[in-house]
Amino acid sequence: MSALKPAPIQPALQPTELALAARLIAGDEAAFAEIVAAYSPLMLHVARGFVATRTSAEDVVQETWLQVSCSLEGFEGRSTLRTWVLAITRNVGRRHGAAEARELAWSQLDDGGGTVDPQRFRGSQDPWAGGWTTAGAPVAWSPEQLALDGEALTLMTRCLRELPLRQRTVVELRDVDGLDAGAVCDIFGISASNQRVLLHRGRAKLRQLLEDYYGGREAAP
Amino acid sequence: MTPSSPLTCRQVVEMLTDYLEGALAPSTAAALEEHLATCPGCSTYLAQISHTVRLLGAVTPDELPESTQKGLVAAFRGLRPPRP
Ligand SMILES: [Zn+2]
Repeated sequence: MSALKPAPIQPALQPTELALAARLIAGDEAAFAEIVAAYSPLMLHVARGFVATRTSAEDVVQETWLQVSCSLEGFEGRSTLRTWVLAITRNVGRRHGAAEARELAWSQLDDGGGTVDPQRFRGSQDPWAGGWTTAGAPVAWSPEQLALDGEALTLMTRCLRELPLRQRTVVELRDVDGLDAGAVCDIFGISASNQRVLLHRGRAKLRQLLEDYYGGREAAP
Repeated sequence: MTPSSPLTCRQVVEMLTDYLEGALAPSTAAALEEHLATCPGCSTYLAQISHTVRLLGAVTPDELPESTQKGLVAAFRGLRPPRP
C-alpha cells in the first residue's frame, strides 16, 4: 500500500463489532438477548423523542429489533453496532411519529429566557446588578441532605417525566444513559449548541426541584 | 457582553452546561473560572448542577418488559435459526 494513499474517509472497521454481528448472523440467541437487554433502554429514550406514549415507544423498539434481525448482513462495522441500531431506531421512531401525526420540532430553537428565577438576582439599579441577592443565593446542600440520595433519586425519576419532551429526551440520553453529545445531535438532527441548550434547561429545572426538595431555600412567594 | 465587562451571576448560571461540555472559548472559560473562584453563590450553583448530573447517572434505566424481551428472542430464533 502506497504511503501517499489518502487517509480513508470512513472510520476504520471495528473488529469486535463485526465479530458480534457475525455471532448474531450465525443465530447466536444469547448474544441477541444480551444486546436487547443492553441497548433497549437507550432505544426507548430515543423512540420517546418521536412518539407520544411509552407504549408506542415500546412498539418502535420491538419493530427496530425485528428489522435489525433481518438486516444484520448490512452492518459494515463502520460504526459500533449500537450506533447502527440507534440509527434504525430513529428511522422507525420518525415513521411512527409521522403516522401519529406528531411532528416534534426538534430543530426549533428553545429560547425561553433564563433558567433561574430572575427575582434571585439584583436589579439593574443595583451597583451589583445581575449578582445574587442575599436571599436568592443558593445555599450549599449539607452532607445530611445529600445522604437522602435514595429519596432524591425517586424524585428525580418522577420529575424527569415531567420535563418538556425534548429536554427530557436529551437529559435521559446524555445524563442517564451516558450517550455522547455528537450521537444525540446525529439522532435528532440538532446543532451542538441547541443540544446544549436543551440539556442545560433540563438540568437547571431538575436542580431547582432538588433545591426545593432539600429545602435549601423557601419557595418563592 | 464585552470582554471588559465582568460576568454577572445571572450570566454565569446560563453558561455552566457550555462550560462543563468544554464548549466555551478559552478566554470566556477563564473569565468564568475567575468569577467562580470569588463567588460562593455561583460555585455552589455549579456544585449543585454537578450533583444533579451525578444523581441522574444513578437513575435506573428504562427497561423493555421482560415478556417483550423474551418474545423478541423467540422471534430472532425464528428469523435466524442457529447454524450448526
Ligand atoms: Zn456569581
